Amino acid sequence: MSMKFMLGRKGRMTQIFTEEGECVPVTILEVGPCWVTGVRSAERDGYDAVQIGFDQVREKVLSKPELGHLKAKELPPLRVLKECRLDSPADLEVGAQLGVDVFQVGERVDVTGVSKGRGFAGAMKRYNFGGGPMTHGGMCRRFPGAIGQHTYPGRVFKGKRMPGHFGTDRIKVKNLEVMHIDTERNLLLVRGAVPGHRGALVEVSYAKCAKASQQA
Amino acid sequence: MDNFSDLEQQWLKPKIPDFSIGDTVDVKVKIREGGKERIQVFQGTVISRRGRGPAESIIVRRIVQGEGVERVFPLHAPTIEDITVVRRGDVRRAKLYYLRDRVGRATRVKEKLDTKRGRKS
Repeated sequence: MSMKFMLGRKGRMTQIFTEEGECVPVTILEVGPCWVTGVRSAERDGYDAVQIGFDQVREKVLSKPELGHLKAKELPPLRVLKECRLDSPADLEVGAQLGVDVFQVGERVDVTGVSKGRGFAGAMKRYNFGGGPMTHGGMCRRFPGAIGQHTYPGRVFKGKRMPGHFGTDRIKVKNLEVMHIDTERNLLLVRGAVPGHRGALVEVSYAKCAKASQQA
Repeated sequence: MDNFSDLEQQWLKPKIPDFSIGDTVDVKVKIREGGKERIQVFQGTVISRRGRGPAESIIVRRIVQGEGVERVFPLHAPTIEDITVVRRGDVRRAKLYYLRDRVGRATRVKEKLDTKRGRKS
């Protein structure tokens, strides 16, 4: 598979030791099993892509149209379906099952997920503002400070960073190194942190921007 | 959800030497020097043990030339060759951070003698 795209679930973080004795922080991801649930081609659909399904569930969970889409291809009931664009026509067939073994140790991957929701957050948490002094008579402790200039421009610029809703954004972390793979349990250990809470859906794909030297 | 502790097993050492807080220990650390590997020994008092799984670590404190030196050793690191007990300490606390405020003779930890009460180990 030239294009690597898989869906999975975030586990927890831990640390492992390399043979050199280096301690590496890793995130455990449960990746797959995924099924190819559809193939889009340029001549028929106007673009090349594969549709990947993940997370086997009871039939009752899905709606009838969803179930029908999968039943027609003799696939199990899957909760999540995602498409991934390809540069060239897909070399995969509908119904193929994919496991973590599409990835290999040392390879770089991009991981996309939805970050933890933090509700209505202040400017310090949301934008790393400094805030005011906590002591010495400081009255503006976690305030964002001044937000504008004077008579000119006489208004606050659009996009001014202010308190507001923070989190539950789609975030992609690029170029994470694959540290370990457990094909038996479909586990992928990547170096560093990954957006989202435990059990959250993550998309793992090959690293688009990885330098040649980083690719295994 | 799965807690993956069985996955972590493969990075854990099969057995961690038996020691407890307050013990004076010799920690043998592998050190790489220009391609050559040798073993350095750090002797000191165990003042803290924390974490679980591959993250478990100890803090060992000793006095070097009148200056307190503390080192953190991840117990499961492959660079930790061995830990041997030199002297058993008799302490009543899990964290001996109070030793940091002490100087000279006061930094000593009472030795656990092999009396009837302490003969468990």
